[in-house]
Amino acid sequence: MPHLAIESWQRRAAARGDPWPEEAPLALATPGPHGPVIHAANRAALAAGARLRARVTDIRAICPDLRVTDAEPAGDAALLSRLAFWARRWGPYSAPDGDDGIVLDTTGAAHLFGGEAGMLADIQTRLALAGHAARLALAPTRGAAWAMARLGPERAICSGAPLPALAPLPVAGLRLSDETLLLLRRLGLKTIGDLAAIPRLSLMRRFARMIPADNPLLRLDQALGHLAEPLDAPEPEPEFLAEARLAEPVMDPTDWLPGLIGDLCARMAAADRGCRRLCLSVFRVDGERRDIRAAMAAPSREAGHLLRLFDGKLERLDPGYGFDLIRLSAEAVEPLAQAQPGLDGSRAEALELARLVDRLTARFGAHALSRPEPQESHVPERAETPAPPLATRPAPPPRPDRPLRLLTPPEEIRVLYAIPEGPPAQFIWRRQTLRVARHAGPERIAPEWWRDRPGTRLRDYFRVEDPSGLRLWIYREGLVHDGRGGAPRWFLHGIFA
Amino acid sequence: MSARPFLSGVAPFGRAPVPAAPQLAAPILSEAFGTRPLDGAAPGFVRAALPPGRILWAQDRLSRIETGAPFLPGMGREMLRLDLVRAADVLSALEDGLASPALAAVVGEIHGSPRALDFTASRRLALRAETAGIPCWLIRHAARPDASAARMRWRLTALSSAPDPDDPQAPGDPRWRAELFRARDVRPAIWEARHDRAADRLDLVAASGDRELAAPRRRAG
Repeated sequence: MPHLAIESWQRRAAARGDPWPEEAPLALATPGPHGPVIHAANRAALAAGARLRARVTDIRAICPDLRVTDAEPAGDAALLSRLAFWARRWGPYSAPDGDDGIVLDTTGAAHLFGGEAGMLADIQTRLALAGHAARLALAPTRGAAWAMARLGPERAICSGAPLPALAPLPVAGLRLSDETLLLLRRLGLKTIGDLAAIPRLSLMRRFARMIPADNPLLRLDQALGHLAEPLDAPEPEPEFLAEARLAEPVMDPTDWLPGLIGDLCARMAAADRGCRRLCLSVFRVDGERRDIRAAMAAPSREAGHLLRLFDGKLERLDPGYGFDLIRLSAEAVEPLAQAQPGLDGSRAEALELARLVDRLTARFGAHALSRPEPQESHVPERAETPAPPLATRPAPPPRPDRPLRLLTPPEEIRVLYAIPEGPPAQFIWRRQTLRVARHAGPERIAPEWWRDRPGTRLRDYFRVEDPSGLRLWIYREGLVHDGRGGAPRWFLHGIFA
Repeated sequence: MSARPFLSGVAPFGRAPVPAAPQLAAPILSEAFGTRPLDGAAPGFVRAALPPGRILWAQDRLSRIETGAPFLPGMGREMLRLDLVRAADVLSALEDGLASPALAAVVGEIHGSPRALDFTASRRLALRAETAGIPCWLIRHAARPDASAARMRWRLTALSSAPDPDDPQAPGDPRWRAELFRARDVRPAIWEARHDRAADRLDLVAASGDRELAAPRRRAG
């Protein structure tokens, strides 16, 4: 957005009630080493001869009726940041880039807006409606998009390799400092194509001492996609937060936590909101920040419940030399109406279950807690899957031909006396000999060809009972001449009640 | 589904009358000791004694490896399963579960006799179970019956199963030898527990006095 500063100034002026006419020259100045320099200028001033980064006194000589006011870089940066969040309507990740650009990751999002060209047109239209002129480009890498947006054709789209599109552009498209650009110009390297044609070893040797952000070779690699340049997309400021600023650094946030949570919950209650995540951040005196998060299964704003989610987590906090600012912020804020308890003082069972799930998850991690749910499969390992704990499908009635316990993985047993087409008469499990007194079966379970690898053998399951009453579920994997491996093996898979 | 104690009438001559079977779904802490590996008696008995409703089933790592994990098609109960590592985690998870009115019962499985499960820990659980009004079961695999505040302590062994009405060769409904070796209000005794899987009913009947005499009758039946 090449005119962001001047546009935001004009908008502020219009809001104040004295809009600046378009045809009168206007420039914004920032302090420079030898007096103020021009930071931004409107179209009329540029036409009259104003140049960016020139001293105001020089330009006044050219254009005597130039009006110069102070630029507001902080206000512009805030506006750019707001625009970057607003730009997330086109893609999930965005960030301000420099002081007049926004970089947006639109991977896999363009088809929602009618293709890449349609999306660029949509972005330009909406920015124009908001009063911002913008130059747009779409490229596979961030560096290439930077160069093409500023120096390439209008609404450039580069969908293949970036080099052919970048080659005719000047080297200024590589995000280098003025000194480096001057050096490259003296070396006769005017376009990116010229630079890319030089052998890599020579470039590396020549620019070995450059800082990374100013190294033409690194910048070229980033633009061409040889070097990763991830987009660091900032999170929007939390809507609800509570802070405690401490006079002295402390090592333990426990004493402040109830107050912070009560504060946060009061604010959320006033807005009829609840949150599904809490983030406790401590800002250490040695310049580090540590976060602890707690997640909820259902939105909540009950102080006692939220406080319990941090039980046992504060010990894992590394306080360093202490911290003097504690911030508690609510994330994933959702509407949550006031819940009325029943007349007998009881509360909804679903709410209680959500609380229990929160506590167990906060203490043991989300992987430890599961709710088994039946699946349509005869293979025992796939007959149940872990489902989200809050799902409410009733459990099926127990089947008498299925064991109470399942061993994962099945344990191999050594069969002493095998009977063809029947269970073994005797087998050894962990050096312990077990004799089969009664049995039922076989129950043949064929492999599921649409999920299993080719060559998986079928299983014949037997329910067996030994003379002392141990009831087990064993199976034979494969048949004798099924052409899928050697002799069938036997496994112990389950234990009956 | 709850356990209905079944009195077997008059005791044999010359023996003390068998006391009434205890209320298994009472909101107390109970312990069920398994006696040997591969024996599903303790989890089966606990599963049959639980009241209807959602249960929390927490296991430590060793019991999961040694005795397997609860299998939904065989359990047929609505469960929240917690796969934990240490016995101390199981105990604190049971305490959390007892604090929640969303559960009908909590069950924890602990392998061996870890230091975390001492008298104090069991007393905490017992008090919480009585306050919350929720039965709490501890299944102890390969454990010694150390000092504990559990109100009922059972030792369970699998017996030969009841005959299957359709197939004389097949194992039928499970039977267990249930020995209540320590209890607060009930006299310790030995029962034969029979689980009727079709009706999901657990019957405690007086154990036959003499195993040698009892064995042929079962075989004939």
